[in-house]
Amino acid sequence: MTRYSIFSLLRNAATYHQDWQRVWRAPEPRDSYDVVIIGGGGHGLATAYYLAKNHGITNVAVIEKGWLGGGNTGRNTTVVRSNYLWDESAAIYEKSLKLWEGLSQDINFNVMFSQRGVLNLAHNQHDLRELSRRTNANRLNGIDSETLTPAQIKSFCPILNTEPSARYPILGASLQRRGGTARHDAVAWGYARAADQYGVDIIQNCEVTGIRRKRGRVTGVETSKGFIATGKIACAAAGHTSVVADMVGLRLPIESHALQALVSEPLKPVLDCVVMSGSVHVYISQSDKGELVMGAGLEPPISYAQRSSLHTIEEMMASVIELIPITSRLRMMRQWAGIVDTCPDASPIIGKTPVEGFYINCGWGTGGFKSTPGAGWAYAHTIAHDAPHEINAPFTLERFSTAALIDEHGAAAVAH
Amino acid sequence: MLLIPCPWCGDRDETEFSCGGEAHIERPAKPAGMSDDQWADYLFLRSNPKGRHLERWLHSQGCRRWFNVERHTVSHHITAVYEMGKKPPKASKTSKAGK
Repeated sequence: MTRYSIFSLLRNAATYHQDWQRVWRAPEPRDSYDVVIIGGGGHGLATAYYLAKNHGITNVAVIEKGWLGGGNTGRNTTVVRSNYLWDESAAIYEKSLKLWEGLSQDINFNVMFSQRGVLNLAHNQHDLRELSRRTNANRLNGIDSETLTPAQIKSFCPILNTEPSARYPILGASLQRRGGTARHDAVAWGYARAADQYGVDIIQNCEVTGIRRKRGRVTGVETSKGFIATGKIACAAAGHTSVVADMVGLRLPIESHALQALVSEPLKPVLDCVVMSGSVHVYISQSDKGELVMGAGLEPPISYAQRSSLHTIEEMMASVIELIPITSRLRMMRQWAGIVDTCPDASPIIGKTPVEGFYINCGWGTGGFKSTPGAGWAYAHTIAHDAPHEINAPFTLERFSTAALIDEHGAAAVAH
Repeated sequence: MLLIPCPWCGDRDETEFSCGGEAHIERPAKPAGMSDDQWADYLFLRSNPKGRHLERWLHSQGCRRWFNVERHTVSHHITAVYEMGKKPPKASKTSKAGK
């Protein structure tokens, strides 16, 4: 496989870019693998990559029922940050952010990671206190975070309405300068290409229909392309985790909800950071194409339908206009929804289950994209050693029995 | 957006309601004798099915009464509405298929 570089680009320019190699193979599944990963999104592919790279396990298949990154990896609003409150979350999200910082070089694929800064706005005294508490907690954990006054916000992000006469005046903000955005599709493609180079089989259009067990251990997966034997099954099927877990009779503290996003028509550059507001309830950034990308909260009823609903869009638009009045004439171009699985404490589950050989990585709620590298890294360790790494050890399924919950509702808020 | 048939007020927009999550989760009769795992099951574990789901709704902007709904989680079709405390309707072929 050719290495991508300025030289390969020039070489291919000479042939009008007609001779680029296929980026990953499209193999038929073999009879057996050491590890089968269910779900070919960012998390599943990252797990496969780190299994191969860090642990030397290359006899791995990633099974995807649709196409790579067609689920939540291609449906999120691409925000990356690590300013979570608790030590446990700080450790795993910061691990992820550190991996993001070197990711394009590591996997030799430009994921367009742009550390443009993430601004979390405060609109009332409670918000201000929570943000300053979180900023202090972040700094104690070695995560960059600072608080801004309204005057500083105005100079950092001029298009925000910082007038005191606003209905929900902006009283302050926290800023994580190392946060930002990344190209979401590129993350799936980059990890897929890098994993494929290690010999990992990426099998698309292959749906898992059942899981075989013998004496409490998994022995393989039934798929739409036949039975595949394996001793280790790693579920990375965000949104559908409960459906897969049901195949081994496992009940989880997970509920699936639709999360929506939409993009506007392209504009000249007006917004060079990510803006989030928990109280006005929206998050917004501008893509490289000029579209404003925005999202808001979850739909309360359980849903597996990747559809949006108008009242949520209306609320989202009202919030955007409140924060950025110049958007009032802006037309929206596309809207969509993804299905996220949420835990009661807004923290994920990554680890072993009572079923031997069956691992889960789920419950990321609205924070799955930013955690892709870190989650894949820790999940690969867990699968390779049959024991969690210290950064994902607190995120067990057992914490719901031991009550060692990690309540990140504050940091997750609207915006994850 | 869902159009939810409130048993008292008739068809109303989803925005008038609050979703109360999975129905028929009963508070344990003898909490003192329960294990931690049983508590976790009661408090946190949910069926989260892809298909027929029994759930509670509150008409918070209307009559402020609770009721149960049978709804398909992919098609979002509502196939039954019944009062709190009543037993759920038997799963029919149509409710499973969401028609």
